[in-house]
Amino acid sequence: MYAVFRKELADHLNSKRFVILFILALLAAILAIYVATQNIRSVVTADTEFVFLKIFTISGETLPSFLFFISLFIPIIAIALGFDTISSERVSGNLSRLLSQPIYRDAVINGKFLAGLAVLAIIIVSLVAIVSGLGLRIIGVPPNSEEVLRLIVFVVISIIYGAFWMALSVLFSVFFNRGATAMLSSIGLWIFFAFFMSMIAGAIANVRVPVDSNSTVEMIVQNAQIAGGIARISPSTLYGEAITALLVPELGSLNPVMMWIAIQTAGRMLTPLPFGQSLLLVWPQLVSIIAIAAICFAVSYIRFMREEIRAT
Amino acid sequence: MPQAVIETTNLTKKYDAFTAVEGLNLRIEEGEIFGFLGPNGAGKTTTILMLLGLTEPFSGTAQVCGYNPTREPLKVKRIVGYLPEKVGFYEDLTASQNLKYTAELNRLDMKEAEPRIADLLATVGLSEVADHEVRTFSRGMKQRLGVADILIKEPKLAFLDEPTSSIDPAGIDDILNIIAKMAKRGITIIFCSHQLPQVQKICTRVGILAKGHLVADGPIDRLGRQTSGGGRYRIEVQIGQPSYKLIEFLKGIKGVVDVTGSLDSLLVTCDTDLRSQIAKTIIDSGSSLLGMKIEEYSLDKIYKKYFRED
Repeated sequence: MYAVFRKELADHLNSKRFVILFILALLAAILAIYVATQNIRSVVTADTEFVFLKIFTISGETLPSFLFFISLFIPIIAIALGFDTISSERVSGNLSRLLSQPIYRDAVINGKFLAGLAVLAIIIVSLVAIVSGLGLRIIGVPPNSEEVLRLIVFVVISIIYGAFWMALSVLFSVFFNRGATAMLSSIGLWIFFAFFMSMIAGAIANVRVPVDSNSTVEMIVQNAQIAGGIARISPSTLYGEAITALLVPELGSLNPVMMWIAIQTAGRMLTPLPFGQSLLLVWPQLVSIIAIAAICFAVSYIRFMREEIRAT
Repeated sequence: MPQAVIETTNLTKKYDAFTAVEGLNLRIEEGEIFGFLGPNGAGKTTTILMLLGLTEPFSGTAQVCGYNPTREPLKVKRIVGYLPEKVGFYEDLTASQNLKYTAELNRLDMKEAEPRIADLLATVGLSEVADHEVRTFSRGMKQRLGVADILIKEPKLAFLDEPTSSIDPAGIDDILNIIAKMAKRGITIIFCSHQLPQVQKICTRVGILAKGHLVADGPIDRLGRQTSGGGRYRIEVQIGQPSYKLIEFLKGIKGVVDVTGSLDSLLVTCDTDLRSQIAKTIIDSGSSLLGMKIEEYSLDKIYKKYFRED
């Protein structure tokens, strides 16, 4: 498996695809840094505990934050790296040659998946490192140990989230012979999860518990809970909630309405949660993402292992 | 009796309702160049895939160098090379990088593998383009690279699936020469093709597969006798100063079945190869022997004969 992993990793790093993705991600990071430095003064007050994390979470009036960029880019990068994992081997006539070598069949799919994941990890880690470095240079406030810890967990969750999208695109590459079909299916699912799922969730919630200006607080909360519950089917929502809770420690609840009520009653921004509590808050999200990534990979693994190589 | 490299008993493969291979009994011995013939869809590739352990048989057993390919695929793959019909390489890698990858997958020692790779590229005539990306290669060059690719692991046995399809005539000759070289190294070769003249040129034995059944199996000349001469030898002789009695003399040889033709050109049909007796008889009768030719069988004829019977 090591030989497959090494070769695939080298291929990825030498490919034009990797260069394009990296430049794209780099541009996003620089843009995010720009947004953050422009707006950081308006957000930070004397008693702000986590100044450094603000670089990642601040959005401008028109431009979104680094968190938004990265949650957009991870699926795209993962899909772009994974959508032709198996189908390209099949189409190019490499697969039967490869499988007639004395290696276990799962070495092929494992090695390729891990190589893609390694590339994804390299991109994510470099992005976070670049943003941290530039941010440190520009705002001049070093991160404290808890911020570093939160960033590390953020990177780990991001890689796991990327693993889910990669597993999904590998799954499609096992089922579809044409790379284009696999890519479109993956992108389609991503658009559905990332953009339509929250709309659908909102619509269903509004049907179940209609909310208007006369609604009681209970009804608004109930509406938000239904919408949140449905939206959590989407891995994008899970990831979004997880990273927000990690990088915005002031967030005491994942339900936006509850948060709003809490802030209203307190009359000020809430005190940040300790790291352990934030982690506890995102634990279900994290486990869910790992689970769906594992399921996707398991299905493609089983399918690939049982696939019959047929005469053409 | 030489050792059997491949032995199958009642090997059968079914895909849903379609039977690709049925009750195949095949024995291939060490050092043979076995021509595996049959029209498209006859089950040649399916048989190879089963022998490689890439596909499981529906029933029956197969043994490759004493291993069961379904149970011990890795042991089989270590000693068997397979050149698929439409062989592909990583287009962005060079010829030698592709071969190096195969060497790595075979866990060869890189220090030994590198000179061997250069050696093999020279054997298949690709030394000059060793560092060119495979995307620039022609079909024939890819096939030759494919041959080098299977030789890296120094196999005991090589399956070549249509190695000459869609290659120009000069390229075909190259490939056939390389295959002949492989056989000289002691590699048993299973050569799948429907380019009959090529098979006839290099194969020691052929098997013809039709609709999943092995309909003929044996050396080409024996198959030829079975199909066109009813299993008999036919010998053509040209005679100078013929005498009328000669036909009688020839018919008198033990084993001669029939003598036909005009006086100076006769066709002798006999049960065994009686060329020396025939020559002796002609000369003893006072006639002179100008020429003698044993009928050769073109594989083309044999092949067509089997597929006319369908």
